[in-house]
Amino acid sequence: MTTETASAPLAAPLLDIRGVRHSYGDVVALNDVNLSIADNEFFALLGPSGCGKTTLLRSIAGFETPSEGDILLDGTDLIAQPAHRRPVNMMFQSYALFPHMSVEKNVAYGLEAEGVDRAEIRRRVGETLEVVGLLEFAKRRPAKLSGGQRQRVALARAIIKRPRLLLLDEPLSALDRKVRAEMQQELKRMQHEVGMTFVVVTHDQEEAMSMADRVAVLNRGAVEQLDTPVGLYSRPSSRFVANFIGSANLFDGVAVDGAVEIPGLGFFPVDHALAVRSDATLVVRPEDVRMTPVGDAGTGPGIVGTVVDTFFLGGSSTVSVAVPGIARPVSCTVHAATGARRGERVALSFDLPRAVVVANPTPEPAATPASSPSPVLV
Amino acid sequence: MNVPLWLTYAFLYLPILVVVIMSFNASKNLFIWKGFSLQWYPAVFADDAVMVGLRNTLIVATSVTVLATILGTLMAVGIHRYTRGGLVRAFAIAPALLPDLLLAIGLLSLFSLLSVTLGLHTVIIAHTTFAMAFVTAIVLARLANLDPSLEEASRDLGAGAVRTFMRVTLPQLAPGMVAGALLSFTLSLDEFVIAFFTTAPTTPTLPIAIYSMVRFGVTPEINALATMLLFVSIFAVIGAQRLTKVTDAL
Repeated sequence: MTTETASAPLAAPLLDIRGVRHSYGDVVALNDVNLSIADNEFFALLGPSGCGKTTLLRSIAGFETPSEGDILLDGTDLIAQPAHRRPVNMMFQSYALFPHMSVEKNVAYGLEAEGVDRAEIRRRVGETLEVVGLLEFAKRRPAKLSGGQRQRVALARAIIKRPRLLLLDEPLSALDRKVRAEMQQELKRMQHEVGMTFVVVTHDQEEAMSMADRVAVLNRGAVEQLDTPVGLYSRPSSRFVANFIGSANLFDGVAVDGAVEIPGLGFFPVDHALAVRSDATLVVRPEDVRMTPVGDAGTGPGIVGTVVDTFFLGGSSTVSVAVPGIARPVSCTVHAATGARRGERVALSFDLPRAVVVANPTPEPAATPASSPSPVLV
Repeated sequence: MNVPLWLTYAFLYLPILVVVIMSFNASKNLFIWKGFSLQWYPAVFADDAVMVGLRNTLIVATSVTVLATILGTLMAVGIHRYTRGGLVRAFAIAPALLPDLLLAIGLLSLFSLLSVTLGLHTVIIAHTTFAMAFVTAIVLARLANLDPSLEEASRDLGAGAVRTFMRVTLPQLAPGMVAGALLSFTLSLDEFVIAFFTTAPTTPTLPIAIYSMVRFGVTPEINALATMLLFVSIFAVIGAQRLTKVTDAL
């Protein structure tokens, strides 16, 4: 399985995080985090708020000191060095541009602190502003720039010292939707151009999936799964990841030999490594659910339900189908507009070779068949 | 027209207007208008008692401004960085709100207990105690609105603690510091009660010198002096308000 290659220890990692723990008083922010990041990689730390991703980023930058564990950069201990000595730079969520300095002064700040001579500073500031396309704004104050321009200044200021590692804290969260899509591509292009290792923290799974080479999904202070975006989506290793990445239909049941039994739906033959009789969840992506009119030949026994709602998304539509005995409606993706009407009875079948079975750590108490399922799209 | 509003403004500013108008009165009698004259303005500068008072007050106000701005700023930064509770803050700002009389008696008692000879230096110390509290309050308000990641960004870019403070923190606090300085200057300039208690009879500040003159009858000269002080204060306060919203700080 490629999951193992993606999360396996790297031969010579640039950054190695080993057994890092951190807590604020009684609140555990990081609980034994282990991960390695390769040189030139675009890496994302993804998770819901409070999962510890920002604490981890701040620990790498030097603004937090983990209570336990090691952070190694090129094999040397990073924790022993104060923030201003680390060959790591950060782009802050608020951008943190110095409001009393012009764009070029902001960008030059890091080189001045290092004591680089003036001619060299001027040359590199010009060069960096050109990379981010802000040469003509050099003399402006940050307050006179648009959100997207400010973000570029923050990026220029963070890359000018050519750090071994660039940390980006929610880099796109302050931008509006359209600029965000543009900047996603821009960041990716920039990363190739400057040949730098990027570590992005984000709560937006789409952002992480579209930009990163590899993604570490964090949950409750620990790495839940580390994989490529495709790996995370097609082979989630836990119920949390399956639910967090993309949309998914989750059917809770019990693992049996070579299959999973879902109360009310029956047996689904899917390979898994779970112990027999353990609580399990069958994960089926909406695009792997086929919907056919009831009574069509060739649909087999299938699952029969009632259309609750349809969502037209342009290139595709999502149809919510209430199935008796299943708490949440099943969602199903169909291409283009759908002919399904609310209240229509349809048969569903799953593309089982693409389905995944994961352990269910928090099974709900013996499910009472819901008579009127709540129309929630998972 | 909003009549109650104008009446309120009249209530507030009529007394001041009277002083300003009467400072141009040709008559020596305070209450009878005898025509326009500028004679009382040069008279102020010819009066030795006033000039000594003015000199003393300028020495005090300038020293207080410098001391209160530096100490108040450091105090605010310290409180902002190392304390959480509101009590520490409250006690730092309290001298600005305490009754002057309390502060005056307390300082006088303390100075005599420590056998400190009274003089301008004791007034400077006394005024610094409350002026510093104003500066602390204003700078603290400024700090509260400061993005904490600015200092982190500076450190992240390789600047140590000193460079970060000088290049990033101080410039961000500057408007608050200037406002605090202007406020300190105007507060010290016309402060009477505390100065009266803590100065020696040989070193009167301007308000004390004026008080001595008033005891022998008010002359239009005093109106001229008061008018000039009024404009100095107005400019300082306008300056302070422009730089930060003083009301937010208190």
